Amino acid sequence: MTSPMLGEGILKGLAETARNFLGSYVKEDRLVTVQYPEERLPQTEAARNFPFLVYDADNWQKGLRCVACLICEKECPPQCIYIVKDTVRKPDHTGKLQFQPKVFDIDISVCMSCQICVEVCPFDAIKMDVEYELSTSDRFGSLLLRKEQLAKSNDYYRKVHPAEAADVDARLGAEKARAAKVKATAATKPAAGPSPAPPPAVA
Amino acid sequence: MSQALTERGLSDTAMAASIPAPEGAGAPNYTVTPKRTPDGSLEGDLLEISMGPQHPSTHGVFRMDVVLEGERVARLKPVFGYLHRNHEKIGENTTYLGSMPYTDRLDYFCSLTNNWAYALTVEKLAGLQAPERAEYIRVITAELTRLQNHISLVGFLLQDMGASGTPLMYAFRERETILDLFESLTGARMMCNYMRFGGCRCDLPPGWLEQAKQVVGEFPRFLDEFEALLTGNEILMSRTQGVGCLPPDLAVNASVTGPMLRASGVNYDVRKVDQYGIYDRFSFRVPLGEHGDVYDRYMVRILEMRESLKILQQALRDIPEGPILDPRAKLRGFRPKPGEAYGRIEAPKGELGFYLISDGTPNPYRYRVRPPSFINLTILEDMCLGHHVADVVIILGSVDIVMGEVDR
Repeated sequence: MTSPMLGEGILKGLAETARNFLGSYVKEDRLVTVQYPEERLPQTEAARNFPFLVYDADNWQKGLRCVACLICEKECPPQCIYIVKDTVRKPDHTGKLQFQPKVFDIDISVCMSCQICVEVCPFDAIKMDVEYELSTSDRFGSLLLRKEQLAKSNDYYRKVHPAEAADVDARLGAEKARAAKVKATAATKPAAGPSPAPPPAVA
Repeated sequence: MSQALTERGLSDTAMAASIPAPEGAGAPNYTVTPKRTPDGSLEGDLLEISMGPQHPSTHGVFRMDVVLEGERVARLKPVFGYLHRNHEKIGENTTYLGSMPYTDRLDYFCSLTNNWAYALTVEKLAGLQAPERAEYIRVITAELTRLQNHISLVGFLLQDMGASGTPLMYAFRERETILDLFESLTGARMMCNYMRFGGCRCDLPPGWLEQAKQVVGEFPRFLDEFEALLTGNEILMSRTQGVGCLPPDLAVNASVTGPMLRASGVNYDVRKVDQYGIYDRFSFRVPLGEHGDVYDRYMVRILEMRESLKILQQALRDIPEGPILDPRAKLRGFRPKPGEAYGRIEAPKGELGFYLISDGTPNPYRYRVRPPSFINLTILEDMCLGHHVADVVIILGSVDIVMGEVDR
């Protein structure tokens, strides 16, 4: 060494730890420990944990937005979603006939909370939950969530992701208004002009 | 710059005038060739021990087969693969998008830089271009990632040296402020899964930039405190100076990258060499070491954090408004044209590269990762020979490995 070691650096370091220790009595930013579970930090808007299914109105079976299109099942990287599509269309909460999932399971012991199912869903039917105290003594059964455990109301979604839910509500509302308009014009048109083009034939 | 630092000849512009290494630096000329008797045991006083995979100092499930003569290391063989989980094969069997969350799990300290490297490669393959704002967000998140990676690395290094707790806890206290930023942006502290091909997944939430500016503004004060605690500390200096020297020619030949290479005095930073993204717009310097020992590696990382803060200040000042995703980008049904691409970035641990071959299907035909910490680990024996067992632990700590990336 070019300079003799006299312990100056150690004393400087000790002064630093002392500053942190004593500072923790007077300054907020030196005392950062959160006394969980008595104290909890608020969750952010973007927080995500495991997916859940959104339902409209107040009937979780009829109001389910999911139409069992199987896109999320295909796109899920760890393949933790299992869907069985219903064979017949059933009326949803508005009375419209819709396919629904007969079985919709998510194995949250496999799920890696990547949110890809949420991104690919064209119906805004699956969203990320923020619940995190999910420990269970049953390793397999309790971590395999069934449709009834996954279904949560749109009000719940609005509560956990307020800004995002407002966006989704606005978008769905606009879509609905547009569909109603198209329906209205379709209803008035046949009387005036030729019938609308037939739907393209299924190859 | 502290007295100790200038004495050591560390410069953050280029290699300073050569200053002789301290006495006793480097592994002594120490060669022992272990011989085995016919029954397989070692001849003489040599002792073969297995450090790991459950050894707490090995940063994960990593094992070293060490042959010792007394306290000195005569042979060292790194053994990895305990965390192997078929990352590359899984990548070939899922869609391009499906691999994105898996890249988070490579180097789980720096998921955002992993995302960026992968997104960059796929963008090269598919001819996408991230918009201006997305590029800025990428730089900001990558530099924040570098900050929190280096700060926790220094904490762990000191933990390995026996300073149990204090530096690591201080480091984690600051790291937490950065992870809070990640959480409010991406929804996760570590497994961010944020970048997309041709941009980013979501825009910055309101108030995020102000929060980031505050974190960046307060970080130098913490770094000063941290350096007051550590840099001039006599115990740290005597434990690290002259330990685990890596000569520059060996480092280059072993394709070591990142702060480890720069600590050996080789001026090579992919941010400067490739200028990927928008790194050509920022003014920052590349800190270089002189001796390539553990102390230089520690010091280069501290200086790199200061440079990252400069980049962050510029990026947070200049970030424009605008879209965050290339309009040509497709989330579903993404099939790049047949071809191949290699994309690389300067991850906090070194050059992180992805090599992809597309055959026009939704899955890559070949998906290869060039993980920096795996390649940096291969010369562990050269650095450790002749040193004490306790030094092996800090040499390993200074390499900065994450087993998720080493084993993939």
